[in-house]
Amino acid sequence: MGRQFSFILALFSFLHSSSIFANEAVGRSNLNLRAGVTDISHQVFDLHMTIFYICVAIGIVVFGAMFYAIIFHRKSKGVKAANFHESVKVEIAWTIVPVIILVVMAIPATKTLIAMEDPSESDLTILVTGSQWKWHYKYLDHDIEFYSLLATPSEQIQGKWLKGDTYLLEVDKPLILPTNKKIRFLMTSDDVIHSWWVPDFAVKKDANPGFINEAWTRINELGIYRGQCAELCGKDHGFMPVVVKAVSESEFNQWITDKKAEKAAAEAEEKRLLAMNMTKEDLMAEGESVYNGYCSACHQPNGMGLPGAFPALVGSAIVAGPAQDHIKIVLDGKNGTAMQAFAKQLTLKQIAAVVTYERNAWGINSGELIQPKDVHQLMQNQ
Amino acid sequence: MQTVSHAKLVTRLLAIVFGMFAFGFALVPLYDVFCDLTGINGRSVQRVDTQIQTLVDESRQVKIEFVTLDKTGMQTDFKPKVAYVEVHPGEMKEVAFTVNNLKGSAQLVQAIPSVSPGQASLYLNKTECFCFNQQSIAAQATTEFKLKFFIDKDLPEEIKVLTLAYTLYPLEQPVTTAQVL
Amino acid sequence: MNTITQTAPTHADEHHHGPAKGIKRWIFTTNHKDIGTLYLWFAFIMFLVGGAMAMVIRAELFQPGLQIVEPHFFNQMTTVHGLIMVFGAVMPAFTGLANWMIPMMIGAPDMALPRMNNLSFWILPFAFLILLSSLFVEGGGPAFGWTFYAPLSTTYSGDSTALFVFAVHIMGISSIMGAINVVVTIWNMRAPGMTWMKMPLFVWTWFITAYLLIAVMPVLAGAVTMVLTDKYFGTSFFNAAGGGDPVMFQHIFWFFGHPEVYIMILPAFGIISTIVPTFSRKPLFGYSSMVYATASIAFLSFIVWAHHMFTTGMPVFAELFFMYCTMLISVPTGVKVFNWVATMWRGALSFEVPMMFSIAFIVLFTMGGFSGLMLAITPVDFQYHDTYFVVAHFHYVLVTGAIFSLIAATYYWLPKWTGVMYDIGLAKLHFWCSLISVNVLFFPMHFVGLAGMPRRIPDYSIQFANWNQIISLGGFAFGLSQLIFLALVIKACRKKGDPVPDKVWDGATGLEWEVKSPAPYHTFTTPPEIK
Repeated sequence: MGRQFSFILALFSFLHSSSIFANEAVGRSNLNLRAGVTDISHQVFDLHMTIFYICVAIGIVVFGAMFYAIIFHRKSKGVKAANFHESVKVEIAWTIVPVIILVVMAIPATKTLIAMEDPSESDLTILVTGSQWKWHYKYLDHDIEFYSLLATPSEQIQGKWLKGDTYLLEVDKPLILPTNKKIRFLMTSDDVIHSWWVPDFAVKKDANPGFINEAWTRINELGIYRGQCAELCGKDHGFMPVVVKAVSESEFNQWITDKKAEKAAAEAEEKRLLAMNMTKEDLMAEGESVYNGYCSACHQPNGMGLPGAFPALVGSAIVAGPAQDHIKIVLDGKNGTAMQAFAKQLTLKQIAAVVTYERNAWGINSGELIQPKDVHQLMQNQ
Repeated sequence: MQTVSHAKLVTRLLAIVFGMFAFGFALVPLYDVFCDLTGINGRSVQRVDTQIQTLVDESRQVKIEFVTLDKTGMQTDFKPKVAYVEVHPGEMKEVAFTVNNLKGSAQLVQAIPSVSPGQASLYLNKTECFCFNQQSIAAQATTEFKLKFFIDKDLPEEIKVLTLAYTLYPLEQPVTTAQVL
Repeated sequence: MNTITQTAPTHADEHHHGPAKGIKRWIFTTNHKDIGTLYLWFAFIMFLVGGAMAMVIRAELFQPGLQIVEPHFFNQMTTVHGLIMVFGAVMPAFTGLANWMIPMMIGAPDMALPRMNNLSFWILPFAFLILLSSLFVEGGGPAFGWTFYAPLSTTYSGDSTALFVFAVHIMGISSIMGAINVVVTIWNMRAPGMTWMKMPLFVWTWFITAYLLIAVMPVLAGAVTMVLTDKYFGTSFFNAAGGGDPVMFQHIFWFFGHPEVYIMILPAFGIISTIVPTFSRKPLFGYSSMVYATASIAFLSFIVWAHHMFTTGMPVFAELFFMYCTMLISVPTGVKVFNWVATMWRGALSFEVPMMFSIAFIVLFTMGGFSGLMLAITPVDFQYHDTYFVVAHFHYVLVTGAIFSLIAATYYWLPKWTGVMYDIGLAKLHFWCSLISVNVLFFPMHFVGLAGMPRRIPDYSIQFANWNQIISLGGFAFGLSQLIFLALVIKACRKKGDPVPDKVWDGATGLEWEVKSPAPYHTFTTPPEIK
């Protein structure tokens, strides 16, 4: 039996090291959990392997006994069946022994679980908000916030283009985090339940609408870490990845500074736009990209929606009606449906552009142009 | 080998069925009790009518962070006046949140609190909170929401930071033409 | 174990009139064997329908990218596949076996409440017609997973949700009626001398299962009712804005859901405990500990529900409590596996097809048990939760567990039902094709799950491509293998095969082997006496 065991160990260590079972591009094993890049994730990995080996050992003993019986206690070999059908001693033994094994498992499991609950103060707090189907990150200590959208082009998903190495695991704006700092995540959701998961941190926590949940991590290594939403959250559940870029502390501080400058510049740009008119070409180009990023998941790239689930824009009374109402629904959303309020998600320019696009694309050609200042005015006068 | 009549047994079993159906609904209040005991989801913030005189534990400080989530749409801008406060357990504290209603009409809202870590909610005592009632926010004005609370001095030692989040929900959705799809 | 003397001469049976002719026989039947047959065929058809949906899922996942179906339809497929397999295939199949076998095993002439029996079957097709028709409603059928977590199933679901709720209600009523019938039959209709601790284990496990059904199906009914009122009548059970809590839905659902998984596996334990002794030619080892183990599993199933919800954010002590309780379940489950092995130990084993499936069950179900134990460990569950590791786990316990036990039961009792031996060559082909393909199908799911592939996604990153291709091939092969089974059963039902003696298997014990083969329309109209 010892030989069998070492054979299986050898087999597993082969599978572990074998490169055909790993994907170098995303640094992941294709067979096993990753040890990850935090102390906790290492503990979790060790716990996983310990329990796995215990299960393998139990399996070898139990199946070994069974296959021994299958091979040697055959009727065809002329064996005559014994008639025993109980043994109090044996039955007590195989009740007690598993309990002992369970206790052995429970001790490290309890330790790891308690280590995971660390309510001590953190260096950085991120508010993670899930919404259909993107993540929003808010740095509570720095007044920085942004949405993180899937960056994989739909041509790759539809099979028109070759798929990249980070297919479906890439976003436009990753979450930037410093290494060697205690980072606390507060999770919540705008609509349905999502679950924020980064395997390399061993962090998976549900984002429940109306409530906050908490998790934390301390990243030991620089790098890019990829995960996905782990709770079924509707149609595009498979298309809302999480990407975290861990950088050094100085780089992080620089990024914060840049981000703040960027924000100030964007605000200035917003003001400038209020005084001018954008051309149709600019609006349509911007509008198309906004539409594909934020709207097409439901209303579909051709504006036809999904009957019964998501309304079509082509032929919609709102798109055909006064522009005001159209802008309003984009700004406020529609309560009790999947239509979100975009007032805080998009800039004035983006809203103007996307409404212009929706009123002029797919053969609608109303010729109407919506300018950022129109949106601004509507927001003021509501 | 009939021990009980069929009818009797069926009646008993049906009683279990209806009992369990009722129990399914009884799980709703039971869940609240469960939350009160365990602090799941940090929903069970303790509401006290007057301040119970507790000694202030000056030996330690607890940081309370405020998070605001706004589900009312664009019209409101909901913010805490200060991002966090530090208090001694037992010490009464008053903080305020502001809601800026940019809209041309008043709005009725309800704030839903949530505390993390969940069990800390059991030690957060509020004597006054805007979340106790529905709130009306005046048109094109800034409304101030008040919160008066103290932390129970029995708060477990290891909890040093707690987060209090409020999610603002609209109560009546004003009907606009945009709503008629 | 039970020696019996048939007190009534067999010709007593012949005075009873046989079945009615034509379709009316099936619509108005109150005969437990007819109803059992209806249940079994219905379950098999649903198994093929749900299987066809699994084929759609596996075809879409054959390679990365979206090729065949849209994500919205994909979600409908995963949802309805789950609902059909759980409520349409596995549960009715076990009810069918209960109908056929329990009266014969305890020496009763029929089920205790035959007219209710007819009703509980005949509402079932309507439930599934409603469920399946919802797929053709504008906006599609239910797409929120078989667990229908709120608010995805309330505020954010399509208009077909009402149909879904209605269908689940009907299924629930059907299951409850079936369970009441089983309990009353076992309580009141046992033949003289058939004491509790002489009952065959299949009867015992079903007895306990029936109680589980009676206890938890109403809770499911409550949960779907709350979903219905939240969606259409403005209540706020699960809506934070109105003071509700979406996490509460999960507590209520899994309070039903965890006993539900034992509802699907306890009768399987009973089947394996019947077949293994037969082909070991040795009495079951530890009969009474089997009964106690079943009862304790049933009890524990009520206090472990939150292990499905570790990531929802629970206090540490609650996580520890649910982790310890869950780990504890492996003790009685382990006892069962050890008992089966001990039954085989020093027996005179032979490997007829039911035994082959039973051995496969023991090995593969135990593997599902191991992954279940791993999932119980809270800190690592954070990594496994909602990945393909979970998918692998529950398919090992439900497909190679519940379904394999059902197939084993069919191969074991089919000759008794039809009076002819089925095509053994075909059966062996079915076994080997199923065994190999099911492992190609589900084993690599452990790998992709550990490597980080979430469940319920229509598209995945390219690192999972190779394994998914293999999984899909295994899936197609497993699906096709079941057509062998279909052909074999049809052939046997058309009485193509050698006639079998009353006692089909030389090592078999139990009252069902005392009646003629095929089992007459009425059996044990005069109760046998068990010494």
